[in-house]
Amino acid sequence: MARAFFRRRKSCPFSGKDAPRIDYKDVRLLQGFISERGKIVPSRITAVSSKKQRELAKAIKRSRHLGLLPYIVK
Amino acid sequence: MPLYEHVFLARQDLAQAQVDALAENATKIIADNGGKVAKTENWGLRSIAYRIAKNRKAHYVALDVDSPPAAIAELERQSNINEDIIRFLTIRVDEHETGPSAMMRRGEKDRERGPRSDRPERSEYRAREEREEEAK
Repeated sequence: MARAFFRRRKSCPFSGKDAPRIDYKDVRLLQGFISERGKIVPSRITAVSSKKQRELAKAIKRSRHLGLLPYIVK
Repeated sequence: MPLYEHVFLARQDLAQAQVDALAENATKIIADNGGKVAKTENWGLRSIAYRIAKNRKAHYVALDVDSPPAAIAELERQSNINEDIIRFLTIRVDEHETGPSAMMRRGEKDRERGPRSDRPERSEYRAREEREEEAK
């Protein structure tokens, strides 16, 4: 390739049709967006749009409150 | 009337019948205050991600509620007093989900990996390569 540092633009996993709905009850979906230590992964890594990231963060926090997700993994 | 989703966690050493009674009680509180419960979902005994009031597991029950705000205030007040309920969450939603919630649907499509299941193999492979590159 001509440019060594070319990166394909990643698209937001929650936009476009048949994208999953962000829901605090959907533990399996949310688990993909927290690190091994239980932290929320920054959107620059997951390519989630800012709007969806805010929604996602809220869902993860609700889920944590209910004990569905950990606050921290030791 | 606004729509709500109410989820509560009951202590692990309760019998299923007692949990049903709690749900029944919640339904009654809502009904007495002029609302109605559209759906009751029992998620069963699940393990919690961290200890809550010395419980490692809890019975989860979710209610879809259509009621005036006062009924929710009353329900939350009584939930706070009741020692069998260790945690609850009430949120207002624009519409209730039709059909079973995500929690009941799990297990059906077990192997599917949520966020990028719709992508073709090829781009997934490249994305992983990129991530490894970034990690270096």
